[in-house]
Amino acid sequence: MEKNLYGLLAEFDTAEQLVDAATKVRDAGYTKTDAFSPFPIHSIDEALGIKRSILPYLVFGGGILGLFSGVALQYFIHVIDFPIIVGGRPHMSIPAWIPPAYELTILFGAFTAVFGMLFLNGLPSPYHPVFNVPRFALATREKFFLVIETKDPEFDYEKTKGFMEGLDPQEVFDVEE
Amino acid sequence: MQDLKEVQRRIYPPMVEGDHTLATVTDKISDVPLKKKTPFHWFIGFGIAFMIAQMLMMTIIWLLAKGIGIWGTNQPVGWAFPIINFVWWIGIGHAGTLISAILLLLNQKWRTSINRFAEAMTLFAVACAGLYPVFHTGRPWLAYWLFPYPNTMSIWPQFRSPLVWDVFAVSTYATVSLLFWYVGLIPDLATLRDRAKNKYFKFVYAIFSWGWRGSARHWHRFELAYLILAGISTPLVLSVHSIVSLDFSVSQIPGWHATFFPPYFVGGAIYAGFAMVLILCIPLRHLYNMKDFITHTHLVYMGKVMMATGFIVGYSYLFEAFFGWYSASQYEWFMIKSRIWTGPYWYMYWLLLLCNVSAIQLLWFKRFRNSEVWLFIVSIFVSIGMWLERFVIIVGSIHHDFLPSSWGMYSPTVFDISMFVGTLGFFFTLIYLFVRFLPMISIFEVRTLLPEANVHGHQEDFEENVVEIEYTYDRTDPPNA
Repeated sequence: MEKNLYGLLAEFDTAEQLVDAATKVRDAGYTKTDAFSPFPIHSIDEALGIKRSILPYLVFGGGILGLFSGVALQYFIHVIDFPIIVGGRPHMSIPAWIPPAYELTILFGAFTAVFGMLFLNGLPSPYHPVFNVPRFALATREKFFLVIETKDPEFDYEKTKGFMEGLDPQEVFDVEE
Repeated sequence: MQDLKEVQRRIYPPMVEGDHTLATVTDKISDVPLKKKTPFHWFIGFGIAFMIAQMLMMTIIWLLAKGIGIWGTNQPVGWAFPIINFVWWIGIGHAGTLISAILLLLNQKWRTSINRFAEAMTLFAVACAGLYPVFHTGRPWLAYWLFPYPNTMSIWPQFRSPLVWDVFAVSTYATVSLLFWYVGLIPDLATLRDRAKNKYFKFVYAIFSWGWRGSARHWHRFELAYLILAGISTPLVLSVHSIVSLDFSVSQIPGWHATFFPPYFVGGAIYAGFAMVLILCIPLRHLYNMKDFITHTHLVYMGKVMMATGFIVGYSYLFEAFFGWYSASQYEWFMIKSRIWTGPYWYMYWLLLLCNVSAIQLLWFKRFRNSEVWLFIVSIFVSIGMWLERFVIIVGSIHHDFLPSSWGMYSPTVFDISMFVGTLGFFFTLIYLFVRFLPMISIFEVRTLLPEANVHGHQEDFEENVVEIEYTYDRTDPPNA
């Protein structure tokens, strides 16, 4: 039975209970854990020991790449490939290049932010073991869930189940793989 | 304690009225797209909007068959209704981004329940705007020539022209607005997926929610991405209408060649946009009974923003006239005189002042500001006024330029008008479809406004502060006075 077990899932009624439980789970030494809530809870990051994402750095890189490609595109067109004088301006008329380069900076940054977020989150993931628990559908409505995976080095079915039941949840479910 | 609650209510008006819980908020908003029975008023509204949208389609078919000669656009007014309507629609879109991005950065809680449909409004307004330049090219099937791509003719767009900047600005704006809107929708689509009974709808919602499961790690990155998007959309929205205004101000035409156009246009854009948000949300909150989420406070705040941006616009009119005189250029001064009293379109300018400067003065008074009917009427005036502003700037400046021999008059043809009215139909068709199939209010963000979402108990913090204030106040009073 333990072979195809993904982990144990506890259901809570309020965000406050979830944060308290997450803190206790972290203090008990569990690391392969996750919490699920219908809205973002700020204090859960600290409670679960979630580190700050590298996403902002990726977006910065994406923005710089956009800026660079905007300037490179215009340089290639107006200086290398098709140099032509228009309105008495020099080939390399940097002030006039600012708007397209600026817009491309934002465009690349926005794409990096969105697709970087989805990528780092491992989405799309149409299947996930927690979906096997029918009650989990309420995680997008009003209930709060906490999972401890079997992969966790501290995981021991009987002990962990007992521990989770001590966190005062509504119920503890077995999550099948 | 009763007084304390009253003080708190006045300082921080509740953003969600009524006794709502996480479950009731979710059910109330997501029932609109999930409910089997479509309300009767939806069919009426959608039917009318869709019929008007057909007028747009017929106009476009005729336009493609005959060419843009069916419009009244001709020399010397070679840039009339298409650009007026383009600028008008793009401007309307700006309020959506302002609400979703700038108000998020400023931590304005009241944006939460109006941002979703304001962003939808942005997208649809940009879609309407995009039609005009594409069809004004005359050969829309070659519209991709606007973008730099390697081609057998070995030619490129001319990057020193504001018109090419516009292509980059508007296409970036449309893309980033779509991303922003869609990212905000992902958690709500997951809610719809989990609540949908119909298996086809469930499947579609599941596909578009990417398997979102509300994990804390996901929320962490989601919130970062959302905040970053807000941060980069803020300079974007300011740049888009600035670049649109450069289409005019980079030229030499009196009435266009002014350095203060970018802030003037951005102010006007937000003004028109808030008017459109009010026009949409006043009926919506009644038809779908969303008064708990789009409260009276929201309407009053929007009215105040509209009023503030209206003053930016009024200030710009004043200085436009002043610069005409101060420039000491006979062409500039002639343009101002002709705009205000000597020209053939003088009445447009006075109508513009009536709609854009006079109408909002009503909002000084609580009586008008607190009345939905008056807010709605003022918003209609503002929308018309902003359209007139573009007419005055565009037609008013180029019908009489430097050489009297090349002066001329402009009047729209029936196809100009059917195209404009048709885009209104197209816009409302899209709004109706959006309201029917997607949650019109951001569910997960409204959840965060509920007291249940408050893990640290800010409520008590606030009460402690108020008690402290009262305490210091008491000490300064003479005892037993």
